[in-house]
Amino acid sequence: MKIHEYQAKAILARHGVPVPEGAVVFTAAEAADAARRLGGTVVVKAQIHAGGRGKGGGVKVVKTPEDADKTARDMLGMRLVTYQTGPHGQIVQRVLVEQGLRIRRELYLGLVIDRATERPVLMVSQEGGVEIEKVAAETPERIFKAYIDPGIGLSAYQTRKLAFALDLQGPQIAQAGKFMNALYEAFKATDASLIEINPLIVTEEGSLLALDAKMNFDDNALYRHPDIRDLRDTSEEDPLEVEASQFSLNYIKLDGTVGCMVNGAGLAMATMDIIKLAGGEPANFLDVGGGANAEQIRNAFKILISDKHVKAVLINIFGGILRCDILAEGVIAAVKALHVSVPIVIRMEGTNVERGKQMLKESGLNFTTADTMSEAAERVVALGHAS
Amino acid sequence: MAVLIDKSTRLVVQGLTGREGTFHAKQAAAYGTTVVGGVTPGKGGTTHEGWPVFNTLADAIRETGADASVIFVPPAGAADAVLEAVEEQLPLAVCITEGIPTLDMMRAMVLLRRSKTRLIGPNCPGVISAGRAKAGIIPGHICKEGRVGVVSRSGTLTYEAIHQLTHLGLGETTCIGIGGDPLIGTNFIDALTLFEADPQTEAVVMIGEIGGTAEEEAAAFIRANVTKPVVSFIAGQTAPPGRRMGHAGAIIAGGKGTAAEKMAALTGAGVHVVRSPAEIGEAVRSALRA
Repeated sequence: MKIHEYQAKAILARHGVPVPEGAVVFTAAEAADAARRLGGTVVVKAQIHAGGRGKGGGVKVVKTPEDADKTARDMLGMRLVTYQTGPHGQIVQRVLVEQGLRIRRELYLGLVIDRATERPVLMVSQEGGVEIEKVAAETPERIFKAYIDPGIGLSAYQTRKLAFALDLQGPQIAQAGKFMNALYEAFKATDASLIEINPLIVTEEGSLLALDAKMNFDDNALYRHPDIRDLRDTSEEDPLEVEASQFSLNYIKLDGTVGCMVNGAGLAMATMDIIKLAGGEPANFLDVGGGANAEQIRNAFKILISDKHVKAVLINIFGGILRCDILAEGVIAAVKALHVSVPIVIRMEGTNVERGKQMLKESGLNFTTADTMSEAAERVVALGHAS
Repeated sequence: MAVLIDKSTRLVVQGLTGREGTFHAKQAAAYGTTVVGGVTPGKGGTTHEGWPVFNTLADAIRETGADASVIFVPPAGAADAVLEAVEEQLPLAVCITEGIPTLDMMRAMVLLRRSKTRLIGPNCPGVISAGRAKAGIIPGHICKEGRVGVVSRSGTLTYEAIHQLTHLGLGETTCIGIGGDPLIGTNFIDALTLFEADPQTEAVVMIGEIGGTAEEEAAAFIRANVTKPVVSFIAGQTAPPGRRMGHAGAIIAGGKGTAAEKMAALTGAGVHVVRSPAEIGEAVRSALRA
């Protein structure tokens, strides 16, 4: 799960990470008030879940409360397009007004779980303020890492080593150690999956601060963090994906025209792949889960046909233990109840598969059945082109 | 021969009395697996579906001689169940549970890696040795004793591959679902090592997916150590970057973990990489003919 920058900063500040003073606001008048309270130069920052906001015009430095008012007025409601939002962009609904700081250096600090070593890795670079992926690809030697043993925690020598690698001086070495420890404490306490401080700044006065902050959380651990779960901003997500999540369906909207309904994540990805190989474009990823009962099939159809780009649907269920007659019954009921009009190709495996096929044939509805995945993909692509 | 489990395996079910635990314990027993009992804290001393239930894994091992466990414990307690298996030095633990918090698993991994316990999973369909025994949820009737080892990060996609192998009459030795989570006990290299050493296994099907670098590491291992033909399919060739495709571990992050990179690495290591999931079985057949 993702949250906004201002929410991440509030969580980090609670764990002792130094962040600039600021306030999140929802109107231009509130922005002016916040600027007045902070005094002097302030920064107005659009709060959307995507990165790259500065280049898209989502971060502005202003000198007066009046300018803060005007800038916030322009920003609120604007469609901010960045390299991470895609061409549709994201509507700005809140802005963060923050104290302006005199910046001497911009550094990078990130904390994620490294899969290969099975432990958290703290990464730093002097190349702050730019995409870390770019640094990693072009100059990997400029990224320095410390792997944290979960049983021992972050050791002092590790933070010192990273601080020296960042070319920090004097008291900043100790400051950086405190900063990194606070960050790791926040990571553990919240079941974060990623924390990124980009940039981590050194001010002209010599202090370290998190000028930007990004936090993602482990969805599997949200059950023990209701306070974080409450920070979910569904307006940042695709409406169909939000609806699907309410049905416990794993759905991701894509740009194609062939809707897919599959049980299991790997098979769902493989089904998308085979549609593409057959010359079509998948409209979505959809894993209905292991059970694939009548109610879930109905919910899945609701989501699929809400996407107006869907020209045909492929249902690929490998049941094994699941009974295909029960599955067929569920599909027939859902198609009748929801008046699904697009062509449907069904490929299923499991107990009573012949009986299931017979039921689909006798239903009088517009079903095509297939025995193999490739046959199913070819048929659904052909039907999609024809309709 | 098969690997990991066979008819002599004495299987205990951690979380036996739950709905999934009960259903799959019965399925495993019906398949011929020696299921010896279950662990459900608080229900020790009772019997469930004819099996003795114990409060602790230690009791279960002492009383039944169990040498493997399958874990159907809900996510909040599953990493703890893994740790209990590690503490008892159980040779094999198979964790089916999906949705375990990553940090819980990370802590369990520290002790697991210092122990003699082999963990399969979590978030996996488990292990089946065709015609012999199973620990997990892979449907027995789609398997047929035969020549091919299967290792996969997926569940139903594994069934698809097994189905094709059975349909072509090639059959399987052991099928290992290693799991879709970012942190898993047994990886591709471990499974390939087992299959390379198993005289009955003549070829290996390796099913990967986007996310992480396990397939690339496996490719380097295959090039240096595997003499048997390997056929591979990588799911997620059309997956968008930055999105988690169902499995917690299936995500292209920072431009890394794409299907294209994995397919290139495997092809470079001499693996028969198929672009279509429908061609897995045929590719094995032609690899075995060659």
